[in-house]
Amino acid sequence: MTTTMQAPPEELTTEVPKTGSTQAPVPGEKKAVSPYIQVKDYSFWYAESQVLFDLNLDILEKKVTALIGPSGCGKSTLLRNFNRMNDLVDGIRHQGDITIAGNSIYDPALEIISLRKRVGMVFQKYNPFPKTIYENVVFSLRVAGRNNKAELDETVERSLKKAALWDEVKDRLHSSALGLSGGQMQRLCIARAIANQPEILLMDEPCSALDPIATGKIEDLIDELRDQFTIIIVTHNMQQATRISDFTAFFYLGKLIEYGKTQQIFTTPKVKQTEDYVTGRFG
Amino acid sequence: MKSHNEKPAGEPLVWLTSMGLVLGISMVVYLLSVIFCNGVTVFWPKAVHEVRLKESGPENIGGEKTFFGIVTMEREKLSAGLSGGDAEGIHEEYQFFTGNKDIYSFMYKFVSKDQVESMATPGDILVGERLEYGNALFRPLQIEYADGKTLPALDPGFTQTLHQLLDEGNKRRAEYTKIEKRDIGRINAEMEKIRIRMLALENAHGEDYESLPEAQRHIARQEVLEKDYADLEGKAGKLREKQEEALLTYQVGTGDENTLPVAHFTDIYAPNQFGFGDKAAFFARKFWVFLSESPREANMEGGIFPAIFGTFVMTLLMSAAVMPFGVIAAIYLREYAKQGWMVRSVRIAVNNLAGVPSIVFGVFGLGFFVYFVGGTIDNLFFTDRLLDNTPTFGTGGVLWASLTLALMTVPVVVVATEEALASVPRGVREASLACGASKWQTIQRIVLPASAPGILTGLILAMARGAGEVAPLMLVGVVKLAPDLPLDSIAPFLHLERKFMHLGFHIYDLGFQSPDSEAAKPMVFATTFLLILLVVVMNLFAIVIRNHLRKKYSSSVF
Repeated sequence: MTTTMQAPPEELTTEVPKTGSTQAPVPGEKKAVSPYIQVKDYSFWYAESQVLFDLNLDILEKKVTALIGPSGCGKSTLLRNFNRMNDLVDGIRHQGDITIAGNSIYDPALEIISLRKRVGMVFQKYNPFPKTIYENVVFSLRVAGRNNKAELDETVERSLKKAALWDEVKDRLHSSALGLSGGQMQRLCIARAIANQPEILLMDEPCSALDPIATGKIEDLIDELRDQFTIIIVTHNMQQATRISDFTAFFYLGKLIEYGKTQQIFTTPKVKQTEDYVTGRFG
Repeated sequence: MKSHNEKPAGEPLVWLTSMGLVLGISMVVYLLSVIFCNGVTVFWPKAVHEVRLKESGPENIGGEKTFFGIVTMEREKLSAGLSGGDAEGIHEEYQFFTGNKDIYSFMYKFVSKDQVESMATPGDILVGERLEYGNALFRPLQIEYADGKTLPALDPGFTQTLHQLLDEGNKRRAEYTKIEKRDIGRINAEMEKIRIRMLALENAHGEDYESLPEAQRHIARQEVLEKDYADLEGKAGKLREKQEEALLTYQVGTGDENTLPVAHFTDIYAPNQFGFGDKAAFFARKFWVFLSESPREANMEGGIFPAIFGTFVMTLLMSAAVMPFGVIAAIYLREYAKQGWMVRSVRIAVNNLAGVPSIVFGVFGLGFFVYFVGGTIDNLFFTDRLLDNTPTFGTGGVLWASLTLALMTVPVVVVATEEALASVPRGVREASLACGASKWQTIQRIVLPASAPGILTGLILAMARGAGEVAPLMLVGVVKLAPDLPLDSIAPFLHLERKFMHLGFHIYDLGFQSPDSEAAKPMVFATTFLLILLVVVMNLFAIVIRNHLRKKYSSSVF
């Protein structure tokens, strides 16, 4: 617990990720993938209480990375820092840095809005806007000042198809989004998050408010999206993490305890705490 | 061991709460039903009695023992015995509407029941509504035409002829009123403008200002206008003359005879011959007259249209002023201001504003809006008129009244809007920000639409408070009788500087300032009823919009 571990890129590339992604490095090849998101010596405070301690974490492009850990371990806080959602909270403070493709997200020259355009987010509780389905999906385009009808139509169809919702709603695009079922609403939120074609998709326990069938659909959807987005997902569900993620990071009390390939974390964890947690002995 | 039928603690308090509700509701229902019954029955036609008093009794009207009267009230007699009645038993008296004020010099009379010998409702008694002295109750005798011919009341065609003459008279009156109000009004407005302009020229150029080309132009125009004026006045005068031609001679209950031009009556009817259908039609007609016409005779006759219109325009202007003002203030307070002692004290100050007596706002409105803002506007833009010592905006008017009330109701809107903004879930705000929206875009596209129903609730409360307010208005522009509406056909059509009439003030004026409070009482009830009706209608309108929005932006999922 005292050692904060960083998963070095070399180690990450030593084994084939379980997906058949074309970008996947050849086994044994040493160089290959450079980390896409880098968390460097990152600490974070809400007012006076420190919630993240000196984290170091490299996340690879077009992979699904799961953040797991007991409640209050800081995984959601870290997730919400990737698109600087925590900036809304008064009295926050951080040390260290987070970079995306080599650029710091705290770069004063970087507009927070352009950061959020690159980093889409799906929340724990589905939160569609009280607008039509169509307007929900195109919201990010509208706020960016893109009102071309053809482009919007095309975006709606593409995003809803990617979110596996198109067939269910294509006949009622202009009715209220609030008339959908919970699972549909969450898929709509995913469609909304990917409408502006972000590079990274953050998911904060996206299935915690859904029933098993809706959860299954969302998991299938994540599987579909893994080729196109770098997905970081916070989950409390161990099975879910094993089913959908390529890499898993285990957090405890604001510290990164272990980070590695999902298979390895769940079968041969190196740290005792990780083993206890993933086998359900605590947490 | 405790007994198992022990009552849960506090249950009796439920009764207390329900009693409170019952008490409150019954008081409100009682008040509303009194207003409704009295306000509506004003227009329902009542039978006219031919009353014969006991020969031996002391009661009489002008020395006579018979008269025509409409029973307006029956009550237990005050001061029994004083008026000579029996000291024993129940003492009751009637209040009769006797009308014919020009003959009796009063319109209402109390008569104790034991003094009444007999009461009958003969069908030939007519009620005539007149331009002056209120209603007349009479039996017609004859019509005398301009050429000296007469038509006696017993002639079979008499009623028809009478109504025909009445219609002609009403038409002519409408015609000359239109000429005098609209056409001559327009000429007057232009002549007034020229007069003021000439005054300004004289002031600027001294004695020989009349030789200036501009002055010459004005003088020429004035001549044209004067000619038009004379033409129109002649036309109206001819119509007025014609009104005096056919004369109606009638006899009132006490036997006095009187002769008046038929055209001095606005309506003549025989209520004793009315069936239910006639009564209903009469009711609808009178109610419409009340709604659509201007008041006559110290506001006691005619309708209250200018007051309805004034109240409506004022409330609308107030809403238009208070909405953006309150909503913007609330958005800053809730969304942008850093929450701390400063914002807290601002919020407390705003809430306390709601508790300031309304007359204080009236005084502030007079000092700030009327004298300071209005005076400045006059000094800058209406200097010509100031030369004539005529203030334009520097005196009470519908604009200043609306702004004063807007200021008074702004706390209501601010508080309601803040609540509405606070109730928009954090989830949707975050979702919007995560989509790359700026804070302002989030407020504008997500937060404001979602909180619109709550904001409208605030507006409804503000409207209800503003529309019923009277005290501050007395200082900033309400008058007993406004010659012109704030909206008319003379450019620039909307005259925000004009004084206006208001239903609330009308109630006060009728009930407490009119020369005959007894005669004004029915009008007070009817006006009150209409004020409540107007507020209810405007509120219903806002509620319909709110429900529509609520359906559209319902946030039931959260």
